[in-house]
Amino acid sequence: MSSAAGIATINLTDIRSMREHRELAVKVEHTGCSTSSAQGKTGCGSGAGAGDLPPEIWEKVKNHPCYSEEAHHHYARMHVAVAPACNIQCNYCNRKYDCSNESRPGVVSERLTPEQAARKVLAVASEIPQMTVLGIAGPGDALANPTKTFETFRRVAERAPDIKLCLSTNGLALPDYVDQIQAFNVDHVTITINMVDPQVGEKIYPWIFYDHKRWRGRDAAKILTERQLEGLEMLVSKGILVKVNSVMIPGINDGHLVEVNEAVKSRGAFLHNIMPLISEAEHGTYFGLNGQRGPSAQELKLLQDRCEGEMNMMRHCRQCRADAVGLLGEDRSAEFTTEKVMAMEVRYDLARRQAYQTQVDETRAEIGAAREAELAGIAQGADDVKILIAVATKGGGKVNEHFGHAHEFQIYEASNAGAKFVGHRRVDHYCQGGYGEEDALEGVIRAINDCHAVLCSKIGGCPKGTLKEAGIDPVDSFAHEYIERSVIGYYKDYLARLDSGELTHADRGDAAIRQGAFIAA
Amino acid sequence: MAYKIVKSQCTGCGMCEPECPNKAINEKNGIFMIDPAKCTECIGHYDDAQCAACCPVDDTCIVDNSYPRYQA
Repeated sequence: MSSAAGIATINLTDIRSMREHRELAVKVEHTGCSTSSAQGKTGCGSGAGAGDLPPEIWEKVKNHPCYSEEAHHHYARMHVAVAPACNIQCNYCNRKYDCSNESRPGVVSERLTPEQAARKVLAVASEIPQMTVLGIAGPGDALANPTKTFETFRRVAERAPDIKLCLSTNGLALPDYVDQIQAFNVDHVTITINMVDPQVGEKIYPWIFYDHKRWRGRDAAKILTERQLEGLEMLVSKGILVKVNSVMIPGINDGHLVEVNEAVKSRGAFLHNIMPLISEAEHGTYFGLNGQRGPSAQELKLLQDRCEGEMNMMRHCRQCRADAVGLLGEDRSAEFTTEKVMAMEVRYDLARRQAYQTQVDETRAEIGAAREAELAGIAQGADDVKILIAVATKGGGKVNEHFGHAHEFQIYEASNAGAKFVGHRRVDHYCQGGYGEEDALEGVIRAINDCHAVLCSKIGGCPKGTLKEAGIDPVDSFAHEYIERSVIGYYKDYLARLDSGELTHADRGDAAIRQGAFIAA
Repeated sequence: MAYKIVKSQCTGCGMCEPECPNKAINEKNGIFMIDPAKCTECIGHYDDAQCAACCPVDDTCIVDNSYPRYQA
């Protein structure tokens, strides 16, 4: 019997009264994310830098690619797929389908035992010094597989104590494992919370398995939301950083996510990550088969912007696989299959890892200085023109990817406040084959159609012409420069051209969020 | 009767194994099977057969009619 059975006798009324009690404590103690200043700029979250956070929090997030947008340019994470079982069913999830050319949550190519997983972590850590974070995110639920999850953490902590441990959960079993999470020094937990209202929840979750029963409909959603919020508060009261993931499902919870945002923010969640629904019919999910669409790029951005006044938003999530390896947006898991890992000579070189991290700290300081220097000359006009700029990068915080080689573009919003990361767009080819370069280019334009310009290290004459026709300025003059200073530099030039009358500012349309199978090759 | 797992449908997630009050479910090379000699259909333990209640794929943990009804 799973250890979840041990709590079977606690009923929901008890939980509620415990929660009310704790709620008071949390509200008094919570000092984490404060919304500061009249501009609605938040002092916390994925976009925050060293100066914005209490030092002990900054220390926890600064090298974590999922918790710090800045870190995600330099540091990598890996997931190990040790947790196949799940205690709930979501309408956007179908774990039966597993195409190796696909990247989305809940999907893996191989399942690992804790022993295999620990060995894989050490192998990856010795090959990729920027790998700082190990997460257990499924393919089921980390806490529906507690023995495997914690055994993996134990083994990794023994051999590689510098690696940060995280887990991701739907929250149903969370209150039962908070003590264990703390005992294993897991200092980042992600809870997927898609609703705080059972009427919304019943459209997302057909059933849950809880207290030896399958619960359906509103009852299921009610238990789930109470357990999620209870778990969130318990984690926060222990000083564990909590990120909340929400899937944006147009027509079902899109408006409601503002309420979810308020609910999780008031309970002390550190960061909110609203992700677009992935619902291709070929994945075989309930939503996919029933034609439920995902949001457009602008719908997603508007919702994230709406919630941002309340709390800082994570916008750099790549919705990666439960066995992903590498920088966000890159997947090197094929290099580390069990077979390959077992054949590898693993040398865990802490000194090499630390040397890399010191070098990254220096680069980050340079990036910050370049950004501030560029920002210094910016006109603080009354009418704040905002434009979106797409950037092709392969990491290191630089404009260093060839336009035609980019698998994704990072999207920055430029305004006289500076350059702000607001998202990313995958543009890799569809898994259909037989389509030529022109179709690929059309796909890129659809994905970045809301941008005024695209910055890359190099671009051919042909795509340059097509982009211009579509109203997107192709720019390769910032090649190998730091991204933020390049974005600000382009923006200053854009303002100058507006002033001179060479340009008139016009809003761009919407863009499409790319779905479907992922080909990293 | 006892419950059985329809092999072609099972994803091998293993959710059922620790839920079985009779330790009747075992895995061998990724294949999960219910030992009909140990299965009590959860009678005397729970209202619902746990394997069927927690299984993510419908009609995968089903009653095996080739065994007589369990007598509590």
